[in-house]
Amino acid sequence: MVAIITNMLSMCIPFSVALLLASLGEMFNQRAGVFNLGCEGVMAMGAFVGMLIPFLAGKGGAVSQWYNVLGFGAAALLGALFGLFFGVITVTFRAPQGIAGIGLQMFGVGTAGTLFRHFVGGTQSIPGIPDVDIPLLSEIPLIGDIFFSHNVMAYLAYLFVPAAWYILFKTYWGLKIRAVGTNPRAADSMGINVSLTRYEALVVGGALAGLAGAYLSIAQAKMFSDTLISGRGFIAVALVYFGHWHPLQIMGGALLFTLAQTFQTIVQSMGISFPYELAVMLPYVLVIVVLSFTSRNQITAPSALGKPFNREIRT
Amino acid sequence: MTKSFRIAFKVSIIAVAAIAAILIASIILWMIGADVSDTFYVIIFEPLTNMLHISEVLIRAIPLCIIALGISVAYRSGIINIGAEGQMAMGLLAFTGVALAFPDVPRPLLLPLAMIAAMIGGGIWGFIPGILKAKLNVSELLSTVMLNYIAAQFYSLCLRTIYLDPAEQVYGTGTPQSMRLTENVWLGRITGRLHYGIIIAIVLAVLIFILMWKTTMGYKMRASGSGARAARYGGISVGFYLALSMAISGAFAGLAGGVELAGVHRRAIEGITNNYGFSGVVVALFGGLHPFGIIPASFLFGLLIYGSTLAPTMVGVPANIVQVMQGIIIIVIVTAQMVLSNAYFQDRVWRRYQALRKKEV
Repeated sequence: MVAIITNMLSMCIPFSVALLLASLGEMFNQRAGVFNLGCEGVMAMGAFVGMLIPFLAGKGGAVSQWYNVLGFGAAALLGALFGLFFGVITVTFRAPQGIAGIGLQMFGVGTAGTLFRHFVGGTQSIPGIPDVDIPLLSEIPLIGDIFFSHNVMAYLAYLFVPAAWYILFKTYWGLKIRAVGTNPRAADSMGINVSLTRYEALVVGGALAGLAGAYLSIAQAKMFSDTLISGRGFIAVALVYFGHWHPLQIMGGALLFTLAQTFQTIVQSMGISFPYELAVMLPYVLVIVVLSFTSRNQITAPSALGKPFNREIRT
Repeated sequence: MTKSFRIAFKVSIIAVAAIAAILIASIILWMIGADVSDTFYVIIFEPLTNMLHISEVLIRAIPLCIIALGISVAYRSGIINIGAEGQMAMGLLAFTGVALAFPDVPRPLLLPLAMIAAMIGGGIWGFIPGILKAKLNVSELLSTVMLNYIAAQFYSLCLRTIYLDPAEQVYGTGTPQSMRLTENVWLGRITGRLHYGIIIAIVLAVLIFILMWKTTMGYKMRASGSGARAARYGGISVGFYLALSMAISGAFAGLAGGVELAGVHRRAIEGITNNYGFSGVVVALFGGLHPFGIIPASFLFGLLIYGSTLAPTMVGVPANIVQVMQGIIIIVIVTAQMVLSNAYFQDRVWRRYQALRKKEV
């Protein structure tokens, strides 16, 4: 029993990275006032490209770690491009963000699936990235397994949490992001370029979503399939609500949801006669329950969230 | 601003939007090394070349039309229902349940009963996000997507356990599917696989038109959608109509599942929903959220969906291309609508145009 719980907890951190990165990206988008529901599609594209580069380089065999780095880089770049594209739709053309996000999601998932069938074909695995044991710390019993023997990306992602907090609350750029998401007209009158700032936030958010997708394919599943993302993009959006648009609370949410997801592997490994499908459902049910309890206190929400800004029209 | 200019402006914006959509799709096709014009031909014109293909297109248009009608009701009431996929799955489950439970009840009774069960199943699944939105302000976009995943898991759980075909247990091939449903719930077929669901779809379109534009209830729903605060001031219970419109929307998606099951598959198998729920959103938007626009739009998208199943064998393009196209179409439609409704932009183009004309004179 102790072994199983340790196992579950030690899976928690590496498995939460994709959710964490994607929802931090979405947090930047929403803090700037843009509701990007296309996160799922961007993650799918990132996952595909991230997997494609090491796969093509090694034909499924072992590759130099630099190709994995290149994969992450390409995924981030592609995600940034998608963010830019979404910016053109929702910031420049001021299209309604919810439905445009659905369009972006279908476009991303569909494109990733189409390109995957052409360039890769069936289920192909890649070597992925190895775990790095931090010297000394990883030898502490229990805690070492849970916190200090994961892959590099997991450490980087968790180091990014305080960095995101610092960027959002302590830098000028973060202040601009929060200003255009809270009161774009006031920001505009202070000489902040609202559209440009929103574009920047979308590019950063897209790049993070792309990285999250690439993490899923390169480090976690070590392959790509149509169902790889399976709603993680939407859960990431929900996590931003759950975490009240704050990086640290989002991190807590990501860990909580990953715990719910690892529950299914526990069910399988323990061999209890518990319907597998019910275990898979758990995180999705949790999202609805959590949203029902947190959506009421929307005082913390950026007040211009989802509202396109038009300089020419007085509101 | 002359009237002919307004029309020319509208037409040219729509043309630019269409060209942009085709261009983006072409780039994706070019990336996978496919012959772009051949692919478009196979997807759009090949399905029209013989009667067999046309009836297959119509079969796909039926669920699309019914689902899109439901989605348009919700959209007009100010709530975007992207959970039709899950609502359809719940409808399928309810329909199968009734058909399996009462195989001996005569057809005139059992078929309507099963259809009503399908509507209730889908309706409940649609009501949940509706009431959550109305009472707790939960984003319907997130809750419906989550309910999709839950319904999909629940559907396969049911197929694997309580609905499992007894013959499967004997032979043990392990295919999760129900037994062939009793003939008492079958919908008749007109020709080939084309079934009478097509008449149901058209009748429903007329009913939705009457409901939304000729009754007080429809007026109240549209009022809550176009201006919730004004509607509330006018004494309309916006929350109630939100939840009601979602329940109707879900009931339609459930009914689409029932019709599909009774007309085409006649046993519950995996993959009946076939992404119709998401395609329905595109059909509803493309049809201008109006029943008489949705009927031709559902034919067009039935064409695309069937054409894309021909694409892998004929031109070596994966069938996922239809999802790409649908995504682009949604984006282009919402963008073009914003440009068209932007009076400032139109005015600016008009002034530019007049300045050009003066120069020429």
